[in-house]
Amino acid sequence: MQQKQLDDERSGDEYLSFRLGDEDYAVDILRVQEIRGWESVTRLPNTPGYVKGVHNLRGAIVPIVDLRQRLGMPWREYDKNTVVIVLHVKAGGGDKQVGLVVDEVSDVVNAQMQNILATPRFGAAQASEFITGMLGSDDKMIMLLDVDRLLNPDDAAEQDEGAAA
Amino acid sequence: MASILAVDDSASMRQMVAFTLKGAGYEVVEAADGAEALDIAKGRGFNLVITDVNMPRMDGISLIKELRGLPNYRFTPLLMLTTESGSDKKQAGKTAGATGWIVKPFNPDQLLATIRKVIG
Amino acid sequence: MSIDMAQFHQVFFEESFEGLELMESGLLNMDPGSVDDDEINAIFRAAHSIKGGSGTFGFNEIAAFTHVMETLLDEMRDGRRPVTSEAVDLLLQSVDVLRDMLAAARDGEALDQERIEAAQGELERLLHAGAQASVPVDTASPEAAAEARCLGWHIVFRPLPQMFRTGNDPLRIIRELAELGELRVEADLSALPALAAYEPEDSYLSWDLRLLGETAREALDDIFAWVEDDCELLVMPLLEEAVSAPPVAAPVAPEPAVGAAAAPPLQAAPPVPERRSSGDRRKSERRKAAASGGGGSIRVDIGKIDNLINMVGELVITQSMLSLLGEDFSMDKLERLNAGLEQLDRHTRELQESIMQVRMLPISFSFSRFPRLVHDLSAKLGKQIELRMSGENTEVDKTVIEKIGDPLVHLVRNSLDHGIEMPAERRASGKPECGVISLSAEHKGGNIVIEIRDDGKGLDRDRIERKAIDKGLIEAQHNLSDKQIYELIFQPGFSTAEQVSDVSGRGVGMDVVRKNINDLGGNIEIESDPGQGSAIIIRLPLTLAILDGQTVRVGDETYIVPLVSIVESIQLKGRQVKRVAGRGETFKLREEYLPILRLHQLFGIEDARARELDEGLLVVVEGEGGHCGLFVDDLLGQQQVVIKSLEANYQKVPGISGATILGDGSVALILDVPDLMRLAGQLDAQQLRQSA
Repeated sequence: MQQKQLDDERSGDEYLSFRLGDEDYAVDILRVQEIRGWESVTRLPNTPGYVKGVHNLRGAIVPIVDLRQRLGMPWREYDKNTVVIVLHVKAGGGDKQVGLVVDEVSDVVNAQMQNILATPRFGAAQASEFITGMLGSDDKMIMLLDVDRLLNPDDAAEQDEGAAA
Repeated sequence: MASILAVDDSASMRQMVAFTLKGAGYEVVEAADGAEALDIAKGRGFNLVITDVNMPRMDGISLIKELRGLPNYRFTPLLMLTTESGSDKKQAGKTAGATGWIVKPFNPDQLLATIRKVIG
Repeated sequence: MSIDMAQFHQVFFEESFEGLELMESGLLNMDPGSVDDDEINAIFRAAHSIKGGSGTFGFNEIAAFTHVMETLLDEMRDGRRPVTSEAVDLLLQSVDVLRDMLAAARDGEALDQERIEAAQGELERLLHAGAQASVPVDTASPEAAAEARCLGWHIVFRPLPQMFRTGNDPLRIIRELAELGELRVEADLSALPALAAYEPEDSYLSWDLRLLGETAREALDDIFAWVEDDCELLVMPLLEEAVSAPPVAAPVAPEPAVGAAAAPPLQAAPPVPERRSSGDRRKSERRKAAASGGGGSIRVDIGKIDNLINMVGELVITQSMLSLLGEDFSMDKLERLNAGLEQLDRHTRELQESIMQVRMLPISFSFSRFPRLVHDLSAKLGKQIELRMSGENTEVDKTVIEKIGDPLVHLVRNSLDHGIEMPAERRASGKPECGVISLSAEHKGGNIVIEIRDDGKGLDRDRIERKAIDKGLIEAQHNLSDKQIYELIFQPGFSTAEQVSDVSGRGVGMDVVRKNINDLGGNIEIESDPGQGSAIIIRLPLTLAILDGQTVRVGDETYIVPLVSIVESIQLKGRQVKRVAGRGETFKLREEYLPILRLHQLFGIEDARARELDEGLLVVVEGEGGHCGLFVDDLLGQQQVVIKSLEANYQKVPGISGATILGDGSVALILDVPDLMRLAGQLDAQQLRQSA
């Protein structure tokens, strides 16, 4: 048993896990640039509601996306515990930086490919578009997010829904 | 260390000549036309002058003629860079007092060999 | 070859492209009737340089092609060949071919052999058809006599008195001979005069030499090539029986007799030169953008770089002074802190200006293609057109130069094609047969203003009006001014030319030109005087990276409006506001009614302070051929902002052209005026539908 555990830790991919309400999610740690607290943003007009605006990150103009709203969950008021995870994503033929607003950050989770299960269809149909797999860790089911899809601009439906807030 | 004055209005040629000769241990001073070269020559001596023929302000043949008029350049080897079709230029050069010529296009080794023969 | 020539290639290419431009402008300026000697010499020299360099650096096809051009030019400058416009045109075309050949060589691409051969053929035909073809054949060395068996050579070498004055040294020549084989030397001192009569600068000695070994005659000719006019030379082959006992060297000769053993040859293996780094390459003091395709490199005036270095130095001093103050700060140092900060501000601003200066290039780089364009096109169209350019030295940012080229070409072609009339038509209207197109650039009020004027027939107002009505762009009962009618040509799909001639380009319309100019942050206007001519006026910001902006506030949000778009700012109190069908709310400004854009509505800003029109301010802006008023809460200050792109990390947002970071670190959005006007139109249509 101990040997297997050691093996797991040595040869797995690492993920940063975080919470949205009761649910656990994670992103590839190699995509994480930094973790910040919530800071004020400049609103962008006529953009989907989940795009809260842009923020000055050391001279770069970085869009901040509310992950709850992006996944179709209700918005939660931001407080001093609110965290923004700044990610590298690939979109529009280039490398971009995006900030994701989440409730709180949990752990770095180590996982091997075998531990990643296929995604069953469940709950919020929207959320499942962005999930690439499920990770079992301790007694939690952590949903792995495809970060590159989060900034996809062509979801007109969400634009209308998210327009309020 | 022997010194050479290299005159050519083409920067790439000048660079190539200077690079080749410096690499062989010569001191090289460059000039972009005959007038500039003459000014430099009036200020100091060189062991050898190599010059292109077609240049603005003062061409190579005029330069050679002027240099021969300077007391310390009366016996200095003065070489012209000419193209193969310019035999009349060679004649004009000789009349002006040129020592000899190097035919363009040439490669660095040919240049070095010729220079070596003349000034060692 | 022990030296790698590739390091010199880039300079060679840059130089050659410059030379080609010189040739082109020289050829264009040439008047076959009276040829300027200096001009044609300059053109010849340019060709000669390219030929020499290409041969030296191994680009043999280029050398061969240029050689023919050079020969033609040589004959012309010598007067052996008349300068005809046919020849000039042919040479101009050859310049084009050569340009492509150089570009292909530089980029490592294949040459268009067919085109090159065709062009070269034309040149050669002209060469041989015209004046005496004088391609002097170099004096080839005579064939070495086919000897039964040549064992060597007997050479009698008698330098003339003036030999030394050519800088040649008989000793050197003898040493060279010695390298070819076994050399036996006998000096002849008979010509030496008495010491009193001795001229130290004259040569008196002669030599009788026997060179043993199978040496080719050419080798001997090579050695004596430089001195053949300055000596008496006798060269006779040594045949079998002639090799007899070598003559004994006369001991009296002060010259050391070079004995049988050849002196150690000067041919020591040349030391392999160290590969020099490109630091050796001199920075050119001339300024030029990378040849043809931009984007690569820029040649910068050394003075500008020195300036930058000085400024950075000052900045570092100020910074260390400030950090020293900060280390141990107390309130009594406040004044010094403020002074230091002021200095920092000044130095940073100066540095910023200097850096921008580095990217500034004269607009001549965009203008330079026009003489050729006008020359070729006017010939093709059968019109006589003179191009006058002014303000070519006006400097603009490098990116503006790159992007303004195509729109300008389109506009000039328009003038050529549709503006200037045929000579007969011009004569009939009492105008000089030769039309004039003038292209000018100048700095005005923080922008660069480019004008293209022609004295052609101007725009046909009625035809434009008719077409606009047909297309449903305006109503039959409109009250548009002439100027507004002319501006309609910027609408998409609008071309009143009877046929889209291929001169003006296929389907590039004026709307694309306008979009390109807008993308550069500028605007474009058109003026016309029927029968007299037209003028296109383009206004561009000096640089794309920095913007002069007016900060405005709507609710909690701060926006930047580009100053170049602002006409004026007014209060709406007491002004007439009318609701016009299809155009929303409009206000009266002088004689016109202009639409009002409520930013708080367009942007969904809920906490806007001003709701009623007379509570806020109206910023009158121009864009997309029209004017409108932006309704905002307040005007804040004017400042220069650095433009940051939204697309870098997100995407284009309608109505917004970019973002900037304000002094407090927050992000402010920069408004895209033409986009806003479009948005307003859509919103208005939506509202109309909803209220219907």
